[in-house]
Amino acid sequence: MTTTKHRVGEHLRDQGVSRRAFLKFCTASASLMALPPGLIPAMAAALEQARRPSVIWLSFQECTGCTESLTRSHAPTVEDLILEMISLDYHHTLQAAAGEAAEAAREQAMKDNFGKYLLIVDGSLPGPDANPGYSTIAGVSNYAMLMEAVEGAAAVIAVGTCAAFGGLPEAAPNPTGAVAVMDLIKNKPLVNVSGCPPVPMVITGVLAHYLAFGRLPERDAYHRPLAFFGQSIHDRCYRRPFYDKGLFAETFDDEGARAGWCLYRLGCKGPSTYNACATMRWNAGTSWPIEAGHPCLGCSEPRFWDAGSFYAPLSVPTDLSSSRILTAGAAGALVGGTVATLARRTVATAATSRQPVTADELEQTL
Amino acid sequence: MSALSSIPVRVQSVSHGTANCGNAVPILHEVRHALERLIATGEGTQIDLNAIPFGPEDEAHLLAVLGVGEVRATIDALGPTHVQETAIPGVWLIDYRITEDQRLALHLDIGDIPEILRTQRQDLDTALTTLDARLTRAQGGAQFES
Repeated sequence: MTTTKHRVGEHLRDQGVSRRAFLKFCTASASLMALPPGLIPAMAAALEQARRPSVIWLSFQECTGCTESLTRSHAPTVEDLILEMISLDYHHTLQAAAGEAAEAAREQAMKDNFGKYLLIVDGSLPGPDANPGYSTIAGVSNYAMLMEAVEGAAAVIAVGTCAAFGGLPEAAPNPTGAVAVMDLIKNKPLVNVSGCPPVPMVITGVLAHYLAFGRLPERDAYHRPLAFFGQSIHDRCYRRPFYDKGLFAETFDDEGARAGWCLYRLGCKGPSTYNACATMRWNAGTSWPIEAGHPCLGCSEPRFWDAGSFYAPLSVPTDLSSSRILTAGAAGALVGGTVATLARRTVATAATSRQPVTADELEQTL
Repeated sequence: MSALSSIPVRVQSVSHGTANCGNAVPILHEVRHALERLIATGEGTQIDLNAIPFGPEDEAHLLAVLGVGEVRATIDALGPTHVQETAIPGVWLIDYRITEDQRLALHLDIGDIPEILRTQRQDLDTALTTLDARLTRAQGGAQFES
């Protein structure tokens, strides 16, 4: 875990990586970043000249799922190469050092690379007004550690929905006063790689982009990289043709479910969720939730825990059964209008308050 | 990921003819446009199939339509890369894999010959040095693995 002055090309040649292997790595990285294959030669040239940056990885209120996701990245060789290209100077779960030695390594790396290191954060943290005792590392509050580390950072990558948007710790009633990293950091380039956990190749793709181009990728309104979050799950879903034809699974075991029809009516949040699962998939590209027959939960979107039932269709209020809506519709426009008003109010309420779902309610919805 | 593949569960494919191949057909038309461009101007095209939202049957349908051609090559660098010319001359399928046989990327290359098959200029820079060293060793009676 030492920082070298080597450029990436030099470093890889020293490791015995041939030019064809390097091109292959660039092809995989370009694919990760959703770059057109025509850009591979330019990317190879840029990566060869890139310097290996120091990386400080801070883990706060999190479950380590994001680190698990990265270390189970679909291609160990590519992941190894990307990790070869950075100098991971602090990650208290992965590093061998512990206790004071680990903290000393962090402080030394921050001092040696002030202004140049990459700060990666996973997990939300108790905000400045919350009780700092809810989450500390080596006796230091998460808030104090983040603020100290961000001072000398060139850029910040918030990995996972907890770091990006607060995630589960921030879900109502938010007992620890959790906030997202972007709520606290306003003066540094920041990218949110949301997801619970994030798609591993998206994490490595953002790292590869930073290495190749020396800056963070283009981002959306939530600071997520557009290359991966630019289109909704719905728009990239292979089941989309069934939605367009009006063919829906109504239960998890009906003919439509077996035939692979659209899961919208089973609560799929694909239309309002932006992520790369539909093309990058999970477990070595084996499958992804919708291909496995389960609706998208919308885990890469802000406050997805508090947005009502995972199994309620998007346009149907969570506490209105389809039979009630049909009855209202049949009763005429006046009643239909009332339902619409009630629906809007219900959706607004659902967005701000947690709505536990019982097995009975689930039965009724489905 | 040998552990994953050892799990005795297999995806049951539901065949609906081309009903589940909604995204393969547009790609085949894109290949046709790329071939026209190659013939007219010599400009090649690469298509990253990983970036396409394929369903379980899309890839099989696409590959079945393209067929298998005359040339097949394997490159051993950072794991195997399988290069296969399809039954359509000028349309190549390149399957980038790592040593554990997991796929890194799957490209269609529409061109005369995929770049990764060519000898790389940077590797040529060391060619004479390598050959000279081997000649010296050969003169000393050294044995070489094929």
